[in-house]
Amino acid sequence: MALEDICNFKDKPTHKTFPFYASEDTSVSVFTEAFNFKWRGEMTSKKASDVPLEFHVPSLFKRPSSRASHSVSVRRPFPLSHGTTTLGFIFQGGVIAAADTRASAGGLVACPAVHKITPIHSHLVVTSSGSGADCMLWERILTREIRLYQLRHKRRLSISGTAKLLSLMLHPFKGTDVCVALTLCGWDKLIYVCSDGARLQGDIFSVGSGSPYAYGVLDRSLSWSLNKEEAILLAREAVFRATHRDAYSGNNVDLFHVTAEGWRQRQREDLKEEYYRDMEKRGKKMDN
Amino acid sequence: LGLKMLSAQNFGESGKMKEYHYAGPTEHRFSPYAFNGGTVLAVAGEDFAIVASDTRLSEGYSIHSRDSPKCYKLTDTTVLGCSGFHGDCLTLTKIIDARLKMYKHSNNKTMTSGAIAAMLSTILYSRRFFPYYVYNIIGGLDEQGKGAVYSFDPVGSYQRDTYKAGGSASAMLQPLLDNQIGFKNMEGVEHVPLTKDKAVQLVKDVFVSAAERDVYTGDALRICIVTKEGIEEQNIPLRKD
Repeated sequence: MALEDICNFKDKPTHKTFPFYASEDTSVSVFTEAFNFKWRGEMTSKKASDVPLEFHVPSLFKRPSSRASHSVSVRRPFPLSHGTTTLGFIFQGGVIAAADTRASAGGLVACPAVHKITPIHSHLVVTSSGSGADCMLWERILTREIRLYQLRHKRRLSISGTAKLLSLMLHPFKGTDVCVALTLCGWDKLIYVCSDGARLQGDIFSVGSGSPYAYGVLDRSLSWSLNKEEAILLAREAVFRATHRDAYSGNNVDLFHVTAEGWRQRQREDLKEEYYRDMEKRGKKMDN
Repeated sequence: LGLKMLSAQNFGESGKMKEYHYAGPTEHRFSPYAFNGGTVLAVAGEDFAIVASDTRLSEGYSIHSRDSPKCYKLTDTTVLGCSGFHGDCLTLTKIIDARLKMYKHSNNKTMTSGAIAAMLSTILYSRRFFPYYVYNIIGGLDEQGKGAVYSFDPVGSYQRDTYKAGGSASAMLQPLLDNQIGFKNMEGVEHVPLTKDKAVQLVKDVFVSAAERDVYTGDALRICIVTKEGIEEQNIPLRKD
């Protein structure tokens, strides 16, 4: 896949677009997905902001000038996974990224053990929130693009460059219901990118339905001069309090620490035990 | 789902329908989706994987077929279970079969379970704006011969699990599996690893429970047991009402 692109290898398609879906927009076709990711519109010039994925758009309502993203979408009969608490902050010992692990779809916990923090390369970790499928795929696309850049230019793209690339790739989908809010955590920088088009650099970010609770805990105790253990405990506490109060966050907490040497992952921890420890510390009677 | 729309204006304060009351025009919109019911389940063990589904195909208050299993054999080591909208299930399995053949012809080897899962994720996401209304679960053996289960949401987000239930009775079955296979919500129990026979028995019991309480699940149960010897199929009758 990546090798094909580097060598400019053009695979001859074995079949033309099938006439099942008679949409006049020939660059959006069902079966070209057969070649994994393909540049949209082979005829047009390749731009860095092109999304390397073809999307099928419902042609139920014929509109003469509708472009992919803005046509009316079909009502979905199922809910998608949303709801989360993720946070990242920067301190003297590097950057901490923490997140819960619950994926909820409507009122159901679709999965209690999701990975919301994914490493992109050895010095960049991304926390995701929003719709699960969107985040998973856009992270994959971003990893691919970063790797291609590295192969083409013999150096790694900077974190600011990565954030800008991601923002430009998401731009065609602004206005659709793609919902992606990623925090890129590099070893010295935190950048928040979301599908609405925002791209912000900052020292502390918390994203998701549980973020107000996390901000409350972080704002109280965060300072630049924390040492590594204090910072980890603070991040853990923030996620724990947020999962306690937010219905859509819960289960476990994932923690990553990114430094100039790379990222290190802390063992995933079940917050149920933490709750009982906390109750005992306060000396409250637990109802059994 | 279909076209039935009862607006709140049709009901009076007592909750009974108002008589001879014209509630006003309600818009009936064509929905390209239908819900055909069905439940699928997959369990991964040390050297086996089980994919099971009921065989009832329903729509609204009717049953279209009592013998429409939702397990599809993809390769000798992978089985796909898909439930939801039957039209999308059929198209999706056709596309997957075609892609498997293409991969076999260009790479001269069969796709592994992990590769099929990654491919299915991109196929589903390519329809992000007009999704396949299908809940997929892949069960099979990975390259090391261990059991693997991959569960998907309708737009392609996926995860490797030990067990997963999908479809109409999934919300009833998943907590039961969490308790019996994951030993969740139990204190002081010994975590015994799951044997193949115990897993098959558990799957049968679990589906019998699902058929009791979910109207869209029943008629018969199709179990596919994937081991390194191959895929064994069993059919067990369930409640037909």
